[in-house]
Amino acid sequence: MASTTQLPVPPSPAASRVAAAPVTRSKGPGRLRPNLLGGLGGWLWLAIIIIPIYYVVITSFKNQAGFFTSNPMLPSTEPTLDNYKLVLENNFVRYFTNSLIVTLGTVLPALLVSFMAAYAIVRGRGRFLSMTNNLFLLGLAIPLHATIIPIYWMITRAHLYDTLLALILPSVAFAIPVSVLILSNFMRDVPNELFESMRLDGCSDWAMMWRLALPMTKPAVITVGIYNALHVWNGFLFPLILTQSPATRVLPLSLWTFQGEFSVNIPAILASVVLATLPLLVIYVVARRQLLAGLTAGFSK
Amino acid sequence: MASPVTAGRGVRDAGPSGWLAAPALIFFLVFAVVPLIGVVFLSFTSWNGLGEIKLDGLSSWTTVLTDPVTGNALVVTAKIMFFSFIVQAPVSLLLGVFTAGAQKYRAALAVLYFLPLLLSSAAVAIAFKALLDPNFGLGPGFGLPALAQDWLGNSDLVLFVVVFVIAWQFVPFHTLIYQGGVRQIPASLYEAAEIDGAGRFRQFWSITLPQLKYTIITSSTLMVVGSLAYFDLIFVLTGGGPGYSTRLLPLHMYLTGFKANDMGAASALGVMLVVIGLGLALLLQRLGGKNRNASQLEGV
Repeated sequence: MASTTQLPVPPSPAASRVAAAPVTRSKGPGRLRPNLLGGLGGWLWLAIIIIPIYYVVITSFKNQAGFFTSNPMLPSTEPTLDNYKLVLENNFVRYFTNSLIVTLGTVLPALLVSFMAAYAIVRGRGRFLSMTNNLFLLGLAIPLHATIIPIYWMITRAHLYDTLLALILPSVAFAIPVSVLILSNFMRDVPNELFESMRLDGCSDWAMMWRLALPMTKPAVITVGIYNALHVWNGFLFPLILTQSPATRVLPLSLWTFQGEFSVNIPAILASVVLATLPLLVIYVVARRQLLAGLTAGFSK
Repeated sequence: MASPVTAGRGVRDAGPSGWLAAPALIFFLVFAVVPLIGVVFLSFTSWNGLGEIKLDGLSSWTTVLTDPVTGNALVVTAKIMFFSFIVQAPVSLLLGVFTAGAQKYRAALAVLYFLPLLLSSAAVAIAFKALLDPNFGLGPGFGLPALAQDWLGNSDLVLFVVVFVIAWQFVPFHTLIYQGGVRQIPASLYEAAEIDGAGRFRQFWSITLPQLKYTIITSSTLMVVGSLAYFDLIFVLTGGGPGYSTRLLPLHMYLTGFKANDMGAASALGVMLVVIGLGLALLLQRLGGKNRNASQLEGV
């Protein structure tokens, strides 16, 4: 199994060509030979990843008759945009807007309170702060989704059921532990001398937080923001149990309800999948590096 | 610029007020800690989701613990956890090493490998539901009758289909983690091994794997604990069926609470979920050898 992998090659100019031309420098046989097994595995995995995506995209351009009669793996000879029209006419824009509101409404407050907490935890002292930190760390280990029933009870009691706020409030809370952890890890890397010199200049802690800690940890803040945004944008469980009407429906839930409404119209259902994924695809194309960094959110710094 | 630090440590006083942490703490207490206590409380009540909540002693627990569906849900959860781990871990490790290579085509492939990360679980489930249809999907598409199974309707196959779809969705995430880990390994280690005449396999075994120790622990922890959250994908893909064959614990909890309207029993299942999740996380930390919470993000 292990032989199917290619070892990382130091990024020297010659190294990038290794796969194509064996630059054997008589260091013994085979070391710089192209890794055929690795390459084969790589292309095989590509097929596994691409076939479902290809199928979704080509099917979304078929009309219903074409879907039932044509070869499922071949693109339609007469592609149609009718499915996309149907999805857009079925409140898609509202669902999209709802998703956007819930995502921004969650991520911005979550970033703000997590950043402040991380700053206090890293710079401050005392039992209160260390207990707070331990509580957040514990929150990382608990599958918080196990608490949906009490959350449902609280939201209905607060008369927030079927509102966007019902999705935002618990999402903020669930975003806090990982956000505080990552932000405080980055904040520890800010040299203490910088804080000390600002302190000598008479800066308050509040001012240092915004004028020193924030600029120094900006990449981490962006990363954490993207990480949380992706989770909220694609979240399904809270919308499922805390909302009901089309007025508060978010995109992932709308895919599920489209599935019920269009039932046998598979091309239209798949068109809704494409449309719902399109915004993230655009971000992936223009800012791939930041999106990917945000996805692992410092799990591999 | 740096101050000469005349007064030594004395320069740094008490630091910012703990109040800065209060907003985050309040949010977390109200919407995570209170529900956590609430789920324990509700497991000792009976409630249909609408009417009065009545204290009901251990009856929810008796219901849950004597119900064979609960035992089945635990077995399904364990199976999915186990199989998706043994599929995902080696594949993501190898793909991580592969995509960290310097060859240009590998970087290009990686761009495509990460596409599943953009899809929501609901989208992935709907896509595979269509693709796995025996009449209008894979089988007729490639003209291979072997691919035209009733993948989601056959209770012998469906678990493995679910494991495959989970891998399709989550391997890219772990590949990304491993790719980052491999890129941190100093090239000098490989150069030295090369001079010593170590082959590709030997280098992988003696350098790459040991150097990735913490990455492996991080990724494995996320994989195992994360498999307790495979709710939405399976909910949309199979709904737990056919029969109970893919009804894993989180799904069982949801269906008990919101479909069978037995919130008491569902809360008892929720408590089980918390205990299992916490137990696994602590166990994996132990195996990791040090406090992973503090160290898992500090480089690899």
